[in-house]
Amino acid sequence: MSAGTNKIAVTVTDIIEVNQLVKRFKFERTGGGDLPVFSGGAHTVVEMLDKEITRLNPYSIMSDPMDQNAYTISVRRDDKGRGGSLFMHHQVRVGDEMVISYPVNLFALDLRAKKHLMIAGGIGITPFLAQIKQLTTLQYHFELHYSVRNNTVGSYVDELTSFYPKNTHIYYSDDGQSIDLEQLLDGQPLGTHVYICGPKDMITWVYETAESMGWPREVIHYEEFLAPQSGKPFEVLLEQSNKTIQVGEHQSLLEAMEAADVDAPYLCRGGACGQCETNVISSEGQFIHRDHWLDDEQRKSGKKIMPCVSRFEGKSLVLDR
Amino acid sequence: MSKFKFPNSIISRPVYGVLKPRNGKSHLMIADAEGAEALFEIAASNTAIMAKSHILYFPKNTGQSYIKKLEKLNAAQLYIGPSYEASVSRLRRVLEDAHVGLQVYLTGTESLIGQAMQEIVAAGIPHTAIQTEHRGSVARRMQCVHCKGITEDVVTDPFVCSHCGLHLFVRDHYSRRHAAFQGVCVDAENPGDIPDPVELYS
Ligand code: FES
Repeated sequence: MSAGTNKIAVTVTDIIEVNQLVKRFKFERTGGGDLPVFSGGAHTVVEMLDKEITRLNPYSIMSDPMDQNAYTISVRRDDKGRGGSLFMHHQVRVGDEMVISYPVNLFALDLRAKKHLMIAGGIGITPFLAQIKQLTTLQYHFELHYSVRNNTVGSYVDELTSFYPKNTHIYYSDDGQSIDLEQLLDGQPLGTHVYICGPKDMITWVYETAESMGWPREVIHYEEFLAPQSGKPFEVLLEQSNKTIQVGEHQSLLEAMEAADVDAPYLCRGGACGQCETNVISSEGQFIHRDHWLDDEQRKSGKKIMPCVSRFEGKSLVLDR
Repeated sequence: MSKFKFPNSIISRPVYGVLKPRNGKSHLMIADAEGAEALFEIAASNTAIMAKSHILYFPKNTGQSYIKKLEKLNAAQLYIGPSYEASVSRLRRVLEDAHVGLQVYLTGTESLIGQAMQEIVAAGIPHTAIQTEHRGSVARRMQCVHCKGITEDVVTDPFVCSHCGLHLFVRDHYSRRHAAFQGVCVDAENPGDIPDPVELYS
């Protein structure tokens, strides 16, 4: 299979309940041996064999990028999601064998920066945990501003505040605390880069505020994994493969292609990397674009779709795949 | 007329735009010679910007021609220096105290734009976020790829390296790291076979 990246067979060697919402999973190579080194901010795509469905969900790797013994990820339970996080929380046990992808980094540090300013919201903390370890090893300067509901669900707050007391700033929204963003962005030394990972609103807020204050786009980095959304089922003709497939209500177009044994490319499965971009041969109906990849013009043209997150409603859709 | 349209060339050759006012709490404008004219235009298009601007200006061979008018722009700070080279430490000081959000505008000769760009990138602003506009002379700052010496204000092709004396062919191959175009020995294959120098872009 050429889609995605190379795969690694791993065994779950530890599961820790971080708090009522988050569990941490540790993966080691099945049969022993080193895992590849990665760079802070990378994610891995975890394959979940959930009865007849194969789910492939991306999770940021939070362990030390130089630690080749194991990767750890943190999964926040999403009771309203399509089931990937519930599978991880309820079905996966220590000793289970799973398959994960090689790490892929779409949220890399720019090591030319003189200072790394990190803004995290909720479970968006995970890529920063690996980045902070990398930056600490390299002795680079960072500052973390981490907003969570409260201490009970604030994953890794205690660890961060005890290891990096000078660099870490925590905001509990239940106590009415919030980041004074303009104050924070004003007066940062030249060469500062800002990184944002958290809910969409937070990313937009920081991005727009920074831009309005004259921050160059090149120094603003963010990562948002879009989970594919459920929607009305639809039918697609894949011309190259000569197959007609049905995309189920809780399935993404990419997943439906994979279920039909079509080798469709992907990397992030979250609408960010551009890898899954697919040409539309013809269509009669409405695209529901949910990615961060296509620009307005491409969307208007009706000639492109990102099957990992986007859907279609209407009479007919023919794709060049 | 201080504007010149460079013909399309290889990808390494810098291309210049037209300065546009941008959002920001402070602005740094560095210009030499006819670059002053680009500053007048930007000031005319946005009258508020000058109160937040620091201008570093080097007249080169234009003498006093632009000075009065520059003073009238009422920039927050105006520094007129004898040469870019003599003002590098001042520029470094300005960048040390600067914050993200500073907008940078470079205009004038390629040599000035390239060298100022070097300092500003080293200070942490990505080169793609720095605005540039070429004005005035098309003379080039050339590096000899053989002896590595820099010859300023090259106006003919080929030219003689001011360090090692080789006759060098003027290439569009540019080094951002050295802020210089790369000059290569023109008669390496046939020693002594040196074409007559022609003026650049003539
Ligand atoms: S797989 Fe990355 S955009 Fe679809």
